[in-house]
Amino acid sequence: MPEIPVLRARNRALIPLLLLGIALVAIASLMLGAVPIPTARLLDAALGHGDPVVRAILLELRLPRTLVALMVGGMLGLAGAALQGYLRNPLAEPSVLGASNSAALGAVAAIYFGIGDYSPAVLPVLSILAALASLALLFVLAGRAEGPLALILAGIAVSTLAGAGISLALNLSPNPFAAMEIMAWLLGSIENRAMDHVWIALPCIVGGAALLLWDGRALDALSLGEDGARSLGVDLARTRARLLLGVAIGVGGAVAVSGSVGFVGLIVPHLVRPLTDRSPSAVLLPSFLGGAALLTGADILVRLIPTAGELKLGVVTAFLGVPVFLVHLLKERRLW
Amino acid sequence: MVTVTLNGLSVDLRDRAVLHGISATLRPGELTGIIGPNGAGKSTLVRALLGLIPATRGAVEIDGHDIARMTPKALARLVSYLPQGQALHWPLSVERLVALGRLPGLGPMSRLGADDLAAVHAAMKRADVLHLAGRTATELSGGERARVMLARALAVGAPGLVADEPLAALDPGHQIDVMELLAAEANSGALVVTVLHDLTMAARYCKRLLLVDRGMLVAQGSPQEVLTSDRLRAVYGVTGRIEFGGGSAMVVPLERV
Repeated sequence: MPEIPVLRARNRALIPLLLLGIALVAIASLMLGAVPIPTARLLDAALGHGDPVVRAILLELRLPRTLVALMVGGMLGLAGAALQGYLRNPLAEPSVLGASNSAALGAVAAIYFGIGDYSPAVLPVLSILAALASLALLFVLAGRAEGPLALILAGIAVSTLAGAGISLALNLSPNPFAAMEIMAWLLGSIENRAMDHVWIALPCIVGGAALLLWDGRALDALSLGEDGARSLGVDLARTRARLLLGVAIGVGGAVAVSGSVGFVGLIVPHLVRPLTDRSPSAVLLPSFLGGAALLTGADILVRLIPTAGELKLGVVTAFLGVPVFLVHLLKERRLW
Repeated sequence: MVTVTLNGLSVDLRDRAVLHGISATLRPGELTGIIGPNGAGKSTLVRALLGLIPATRGAVEIDGHDIARMTPKALARLVSYLPQGQALHWPLSVERLVALGRLPGLGPMSRLGADDLAAVHAAMKRADVLHLAGRTATELSGGERARVMLARALAVGAPGLVADEPLAALDPGHQIDVMELLAAEANSGALVVTVLHDLTMAARYCKRLLLVDRGMLVAQGSPQEVLTSDRLRAVYGVTGRIEFGGGSAMVVPLERV
């Protein structure tokens, strides 16, 4: 039988390369920071002996921080890729359906009412619950409509409502410190994350990612439009339910432990897409891996760049993201 | 081979009756054309036939089975669909696009097997787009893209094919290409149904025509039986020159009445 070249030899190396990249960034993230830990001592600590201070830094500070960066970055990248595919819109990103803003509102409420002080779990849990509530609202507003436009509009409504809630909290905040705390959280950071945060985010992100990865084929079919997809046997209602649930749970879990980290979900799918065959399904997993590597790398920069105050992760991703994104779009624009 | 039966099919869209009690049998082996003026309900008929919109009353049956009780996948394996307008939302390569036709047979996250690749190759060969394999589908000319989309529909390997206005925006040469392809599919035993606006093409290539007007099936039969000057006048509101002779039938609208 004659070969169909592209379908066969489609960038087999991409996933292994991204995994290698993740491994390198993760090791760098464990080694670099205010106290650099050289490779030898890293190995010692990993094997359970060596300097107890180094072990404490490694296991209680750097490891959870690195794990959170990998999970959050991966989830944001994957959610962006899935939403771009589902909405057939290259501008879609994880926040487009309102899950990010709603999760942020949940966290802001925890800070505003001071209930976050009872336990470190209160803030993230409230944040995830708010993301799920936004999903319910989204279903009420656009549950039955088929096209992407109704969903986008409903998402904007939900997102704006949550944004208004955040503004209200800032407006009415009892003292400048509360407002500062809310602002700092909104900028996005994964500093001082403990293993508790990892355990809170992990189930959400695993569940959300599984739901989003499940529907790759349906996203491919949707590149032919709704009728085209349904005539290929896609159950659009179930696809939509899985996608919205996956985004709400996954992004909710990610925002719950990291605050609002922008741009990763928008740019990562665009960066990996040219390395794939450009079908929505082919972009999903590479976006997860690329997002994980990118956010971990950005978090290393946060630690290394000397600034007067502490630099926030969300600020770095935005500054890194915009130029990369612009250059990329200029190269790719002939295709749109 | 499959036979589609429309049993008193009525469809309401947003409380407006679009199709009224259409009954017909669509058989394999003969290219069937659906014709009628704009807004007559042709596209609705096609979408109901594919199960994309539910029948309000009556039913669509494939080999005696009501499609309302079939799973979307089972239905997709029986009838493939070439939608109107060649919508494509991502700049996929031609091969990748044609390979989308294999989706009804694939589970989530599974990969294309050797038989899928063979079907993709065969479909591309039939639609004569093998030379375009590596090109980006969004950058093709209208004629190339129409053939690629057709290859995508053929790649499903379903015994039935429904095409909605496959000739729209094509030059005469490409129109003939597409019609000959559809006719060849029908002659090889497939059930092929196509919505057409070009009455000459319908007369020349279709073995059977269904004429739809204001949601009703006003005539069905061979092109000679269906395309008469009385009907052109009553349904389309035009006079026309109609000639049937040998293989060069011709229906040319002349002026409004």
